[in-house]
Amino acid sequence: MKAFDQAFKIFTLALTVATLTIGVGCLGFSEPLIAPSTVGLLGKYLSYAILALSIDLVWGYMGVLSLGHGAFFALGGYAFGMYLMRQIGALGVYGDVSRPDFMVFIGLEKLPWPWLGSEYFPVAILMTILVPAALALAFGWTAFRSRVSGVYFSIMSQALTYALMLAFYLNSLGFGGNNGFTDFKKILGFDVHSLGITVALFVASALVLWLAIVACRLLVTSRLGLVMVAIRDHEERVRFAGYKVENVKVAVFVFSAILAGLGGALYAPQAGIINPSLFSPIFSIEMVVCVALGGRGSLYGAIFGAFLVNYVKSRLSTLAPDLWPFILGTIFVLVTIFGQGGAWGFLRRGWGKLMGEKAVGYEPSN
Amino acid sequence: MVFLGRLSIASSLALALLTMALMTLTWSARLGAGDANSDEVFSAAVVKSLISSKVGDRDLAIAELGRDSSPLAGQILAGLLKGRLYVDRQSGAFYWEEAGLKLLWPLADGPALEAAPTNARKVAVNNRQRELIEGLLSLRALFDADVKNRRVASGALIGAPNVDWAVINERLAVETDERVLDNLKVVQALGSLRDPQASAASKLAALTELERLYAPAAQEDIKALAIDSNLELAKAAQRTLRLMDARAQRLALAETVFFGLSLGSVLVLIAIGLAITFGVMGVINMAHGEMAMLGAYTVWALQSVWPGQPGLALILALPTAFLVSGMVGASIELTVIKPLYQRPLETLLATFGLSLILQQAARKGISSMNVAVSSPDFMSGQWAITNNFSVTQGRVIIIVFCLLVFAAVSLILRKTRLGLEIRAVTQNRAMARALGAPASRVDTLTFALGSGVAGVSGVALSQLTNVGPNLGQDYIVDSFMVVVFGGVGNLWGALVGGLIIGVANKFLEPVNGAMLAKITIMVGVILFIQRHPKGLFPQRGRVASF
Repeated sequence: MKAFDQAFKIFTLALTVATLTIGVGCLGFSEPLIAPSTVGLLGKYLSYAILALSIDLVWGYMGVLSLGHGAFFALGGYAFGMYLMRQIGALGVYGDVSRPDFMVFIGLEKLPWPWLGSEYFPVAILMTILVPAALALAFGWTAFRSRVSGVYFSIMSQALTYALMLAFYLNSLGFGGNNGFTDFKKILGFDVHSLGITVALFVASALVLWLAIVACRLLVTSRLGLVMVAIRDHEERVRFAGYKVENVKVAVFVFSAILAGLGGALYAPQAGIINPSLFSPIFSIEMVVCVALGGRGSLYGAIFGAFLVNYVKSRLSTLAPDLWPFILGTIFVLVTIFGQGGAWGFLRRGWGKLMGEKAVGYEPSN
Repeated sequence: MVFLGRLSIASSLALALLTMALMTLTWSARLGAGDANSDEVFSAAVVKSLISSKVGDRDLAIAELGRDSSPLAGQILAGLLKGRLYVDRQSGAFYWEEAGLKLLWPLADGPALEAAPTNARKVAVNNRQRELIEGLLSLRALFDADVKNRRVASGALIGAPNVDWAVINERLAVETDERVLDNLKVVQALGSLRDPQASAASKLAALTELERLYAPAAQEDIKALAIDSNLELAKAAQRTLRLMDARAQRLALAETVFFGLSLGSVLVLIAIGLAITFGVMGVINMAHGEMAMLGAYTVWALQSVWPGQPGLALILALPTAFLVSGMVGASIELTVIKPLYQRPLETLLATFGLSLILQQAARKGISSMNVAVSSPDFMSGQWAITNNFSVTQGRVIIIVFCLLVFAAVSLILRKTRLGLEIRAVTQNRAMARALGAPASRVDTLTFALGSGVAGVSGVALSQLTNVGPNLGQDYIVDSFMVVVFGGVGNLWGALVGGLIIGVANKFLEPVNGAMLAKITIMVGVILFIQRHPKGLFPQRGRVASF
């Protein structure tokens, strides 16, 4: 099948090997060979990779640069975080079963209505999907229908996530304000810090990422995928050819937001905290740079970029925290000026030359 | 001018009566204060009563000093109020405490003491006396030569208890300043409202006067009168209250609009530079905020060079910041932007990277904390338009400055050779080049102009907000909203859009708080753009299709 090419097979193999290594390395021995904190960190990277994938889908294939994709990620994280907060129950500092600690602290007597049903796991998963999807639908539908595109869309999406960030900083919104949600204790009744759950979360993340890749590959190799690329390269022509450009854009945008939300839901328990900083425009832009560095329009490149940037970031933030902004800034500049197609494009060109294939890279559109 | 000298030894009651009786007499004497002999200002007994063990004696001494117009009496009272008056009980000498003790009485104008008396203690006053002294001091200030002090003093008298009517009348007769006169009339009218013996007719007259002069301080008294048994009086009072409410609303409205305009003009200042780079050139410069940051740091640097001249440094910072930010802008254009024309989304990312680098450079090179930028006097003063409405001079200056920058940039774009070339290159690059416009150089100069204007806006910002590495970041999202809202490629859009957003923000703030106001504006602009994707002032013609 066209969707599952050689690269897909290599990716699947790599992901399986990594999952097995971690599973066996942690649980197969009496003493875990891999530190649980490393597993948590890798799981967090996987959730970033899902977000990068969702950005690449709309930007690399459809030419829609969203600078607010972090908002969908954060909303998914918050939706799942609500479930985790309810799981704390009597284990909290105040031991109040009916509401999370921070509500007791700010004197909120009753659970606000958005928290209805948040104690049930299936509801949490449903909200993780529905909330980002609803926002993406409302925002995408109004924006694309009135043909807000290009940089205008980027700036609007940035304003959206900025406005949400300001809103989530408010204590009165009932989502923990500044501190967000943290101090999770249990998930599905199991201790969230136990080794088994740490590994299980990693496996779940790897599985979701794999499913996301499968879905994205199916999408971009379908006829719809061709229309997406056509929209990226010449929107007007696609419209004149009779396609409903807006509908395609909205549908893909919503799908992408759902992916981002799932990534956020996996992020919350593995990072152990979810707070409004995920809504900050800089987080979204950093993720966009992951995609640009890895190679936009290639899916695998986005995943590679997310791993690379975040790995360098966590290494440097312990080794030389002052240097990180300089390096990130330089990556931004150099990748955009010189790195057409990113690291993946570079690899593909090299691989293609070896295999005698025709290079398929990203081509800039005007 | 020796008043009631040794009588202070007599019983407090008798003295109080005498004081009342003599008040008017002594008052006329004080008008001739200028030719008083300094060595017979007041008797030792008056000053010594200040530290009498009887509270009544101390009250009398204060009243006595209040009636004396000599500077020394004023200083003693001020010293009492501020806790700067010290006394050595053995020698009976009084001292002024300010970085050491200085002998005040009986040897005024002496040099600072070489050895401070060890047993000098602060002269204590209680709260009631403090109020009394405040009243006395403001009465004294009514006769100050400086009209500003008289305005403040007369304003402070409104609503004050125990007003000395003789003094008020005295001043009313000679006062020439309109605002002081108005204040004093309010004091008088308020007095007759409160006077239980005053006739209904005089109260009615007082009401009319208060209505004309608008004194919010009288509100409570008028409210009390509105339920008076005298129906005519009650009706008049209700009418006055209604009129005053309407007036208060108008004033609040004017204030909100003013604050909104001043916030808006800051947004406009940043957005004008952005309108040039984003609007005219189509380049999204995410480092625009950092250009403003550079301008603000320029003020700080110049003020550090001339610590004594904050005003001069601020004015010199305008051209300097324009050059600094303009030159940084030009080098950014040459190195980063040029390879990326035709790829606006990539420009956005690259300039964002630059903004990270510049911010971190400011953090590492200068400080991660905010730096101290001082406001010169002409920026921090208050400008009272009427007795009840005053505005900060700095805000007025910034509004005017914003309009000036707007006019200057418009003129550059319309009337200069560079402006002509900029417009030509943006409208039809190939044709402009064919006709001899150096397109590449024009790009660089346009970008430098936009960045330079951002630097100038940073100078203005340094007077309103904290100067630190985050200064640019705090405004970048807002100013992009202004440009998009106003209509890209349009200076008028930036001006009108910025002012509308500023005013709307200030109108929403009291309704639902600063944070929510900002969120509301953001969502409002997002929704507006959905309806009008080209903003308030859509650009017409070929340029619009990009």
